Amino acid sequence: MSGRTVTTPAPVPGAVKKDGSERWSQALRDITGGSAMISVLAVLLALVVGAVLIAFTTDRVQETAGYFFSRPTDLIGAVWEAVAGAYSALFQGSVYNFRAPSFFNAIRPLTETLTFATPLIAAGLGVGLAFRVGMFNIGGRGQMLIAAGAAGWVAFAVELPAGIHLIVAILAGLLGGAIWGGIVGLLKARTGAHEVIVTIMLNFVALYLIQFLLRTPGALQAPGSNNPKTPAMAATAVFPDLFGPRYNLHAGFLTVIAATIFVWWLLSRSNLGFQFRAVGQNPSAARVAGINVKNVYLYAMAISGALVGLAGINQVLGTVTTGFGAGIDAGIGFDAITVALLGRSRPWGIFAAGILFGAFKAGGFAMQAAEGVPIDIVVVVQALIVLFIAAPPLVRAIFHLPTPGTTRKPRIRKINEVVAK
Amino acid sequence: MSTITQDIAPLPSSAPIVKLTAQVRSWKIPITFSGFAIASLLLFVGLGRGQRGELSTFRLSETRDVIQLPEVALPTFVTGVLVAIVLVLMAVSSAWLVYRHRKIPIVLTIMFALLFLIGFLAWAASGSTIPVPGLLIGTVTLSAPLIFGALGGVLSERAGVVNVAIEAQLLAGAFSSAVVASATGNPYLGLLAAMVAGALVSMVLAAFALKYLVDQVIVGVVLNVLVIGLTSFLYSQVLAPSANLNSPDVFPRLNIPLLSEIPIIGPVLFRQTIIVYVMYVAVALVFFGLFRTKWGLRVRAVGEHPQAADTVGINVNRTRFIAVTLGGVISGFGGAYFTLGAVGAFNKEMTNGMGFIALAAVIFGQWHPIKATLAALLFGFATNLQNVLGIIGSPVPSEFMLMLPYVVTIFAVAGFVGRSRAPAADGKPYIK
Repeated sequence: MSGRTVTTPAPVPGAVKKDGSERWSQALRDITGGSAMISVLAVLLALVVGAVLIAFTTDRVQETAGYFFSRPTDLIGAVWEAVAGAYSALFQGSVYNFRAPSFFNAIRPLTETLTFATPLIAAGLGVGLAFRVGMFNIGGRGQMLIAAGAAGWVAFAVELPAGIHLIVAILAGLLGGAIWGGIVGLLKARTGAHEVIVTIMLNFVALYLIQFLLRTPGALQAPGSNNPKTPAMAATAVFPDLFGPRYNLHAGFLTVIAATIFVWWLLSRSNLGFQFRAVGQNPSAARVAGINVKNVYLYAMAISGALVGLAGINQVLGTVTTGFGAGIDAGIGFDAITVALLGRSRPWGIFAAGILFGAFKAGGFAMQAAEGVPIDIVVVVQALIVLFIAAPPLVRAIFHLPTPGTTRKPRIRKINEVVAK
Repeated sequence: MSTITQDIAPLPSSAPIVKLTAQVRSWKIPITFSGFAIASLLLFVGLGRGQRGELSTFRLSETRDVIQLPEVALPTFVTGVLVAIVLVLMAVSSAWLVYRHRKIPIVLTIMFALLFLIGFLAWAASGSTIPVPGLLIGTVTLSAPLIFGALGGVLSERAGVVNVAIEAQLLAGAFSSAVVASATGNPYLGLLAAMVAGALVSMVLAAFALKYLVDQVIVGVVLNVLVIGLTSFLYSQVLAPSANLNSPDVFPRLNIPLLSEIPIIGPVLFRQTIIVYVMYVAVALVFFGLFRTKWGLRVRAVGEHPQAADTVGINVNRTRFIAVTLGGVISGFGGAYFTLGAVGAFNKEMTNGMGFIALAAVIFGQWHPIKATLAALLFGFATNLQNVLGIIGSPVPSEFMLMLPYVVTIFAVAGFVGRSRAPAADGKPYIK
């Protein structure tokens, strides 16, 4: 959408002569119908649907609905209690906890949000990059597992001085993810194998490979243990805490910020990124223009895999440092698809979307613990947000908003005057 | 920009059109054959399994069959060596055919695959018995939801709407069939509910794709997430507390008289549940509907070239909407397999990625109902092979056995199928 400015039509000479009030009303129309407003309203709409679901499935609400006509206030009160309780728990679990004894405790939820957001952003960047090249990377799970396995093995089995150890572990993980994604790009480029099939299949291959390594002594399994789990990561290879041991937020968040800047630079400032976007727009045209499309597929999938791998690295070196099992990907590879879609495949959009989804995740756990509302409602709300944001005409229709760029229809009275003359 | 277009513009008119594809020799099949032949040499001969004269036994009949076939016992090592040699010869002959610019007959590919399979089974079953009917019965049963999902996907994509939401349709079908069948006590109403649920999911897909012109992959992915969230939420909030909403009757296996007594084929095809019998009909109907009726021609026209279809008076969006909804009905029905055909109760995310495998089957099957069904059967076979080998004890770590079907699929997609072509207008909304 960044190229949209080019298509803006030249100002019509007559339009300059608008009087002040008309210009303001036009500006208001553009703001209320614009994409920022749509995003806000989409979130609102999704929360409303979530509220309806919560209200319908709460026992107290069902009870009071039974005698609605004799005491309607009971029902309204019960609905309010259920919905407000759930959403306030969601907010307090993700942003600011009002009941905490001190400010430093009160902002703990916010750091939790960022911790949950870290792998989501990394994986979202990977999926989004593939989208920009016109490919659908559903292989997040496999790429995360391989990266986690590689980074984790370096982190617990290799002895290196602090600092270097962490860097080597990260590089190993990135390489693992890049290889696992690169296989897909290579097969697509050389044989035309559809990336959707190959990524899905490689998810399973990676899962079983990691499962095998996890129960093989000498590979990933912790020595002297029968569980399919690795030993704890060495302290030299773990991301340091960002704000001290009080918070879970670790330096992995910085790597994700760096990754976002890198993807932004790659896509909008580099030669390779230009080729990526050209292939994503139209592979045939890109080939005619002299771009080696096959190489672009390979490089894009390798970089995409490395970025998704960064999510796996963050999981094992930052979030779960006590050793991991085959469930370390925690469904992030699939969540990342939604994050990338919500961020419209643009780096900073994905960054913001990742933080929003991280907030939902952090708050969802708090809501489940405090109010007993299953965390799955958060998944529903997330999906609805993406759905509504993807369909601005629907949101505009629901809220009776104008379409931006259009002017208000002239009143019928005026038309009559013109006709009369 | 303008200079570039000027450079390119005269090219089509002045230069003669050369069809380059005519001279390209594709070495993909010989390379794939060689890969499998080398693998078979390493596995069957190199590892030396069964050199002490072990036998691999194939049991062809079940104990309750009327007609009993004798068990076939093959010496493991000798079979492996013979199969490996023949596979190598076939790989060489395929290379020779390509070198001579001849076409590789499809029979050769099928023979190659079958032979490799026999060799592999003999190798894996060294010193034990493989129940062939059991292996195949499970294959048909396990592939039922995949086939329904793939058929739904084919129907939708042939009309030009990308259907990534197969998982959502299966899951919605599984959920609603369990709830309705438990609440009413009638599993047939459950089947109906599954179809309605699948149709509803695909109607949302169609509405967002066709009316609001949202990217179809986005809608599909989001619908998957939405239905997973919705069913999991309702499961924890409503189904888990009251067990009587989640205990449907499971369909029994129905033996079809006479047909079910044909050796091997009988037990495999005709001792199944009603869901599988409906599946046979569905495959035939989708094939017939798409390729032998006026309606099918229209659906395909709308998926390949909507402008042309519109020009001759076909309502593009209505045709697409109906095809996508029908696809949802079929996929939703397949979802009932999970609750009414197999487990007997709904569980969170119980489809477990089957919808994505069905999507792979659609692409693997080149958007053709019969080929997609065969692809789905391949996945079902692979899944069931793991189960059978898990019982008789597999010679390699079980994880590698589990991995095998997916690796084979990657090889097959890269080697045999290659560039599978979607319907031309797949995923593109039609704006008049």
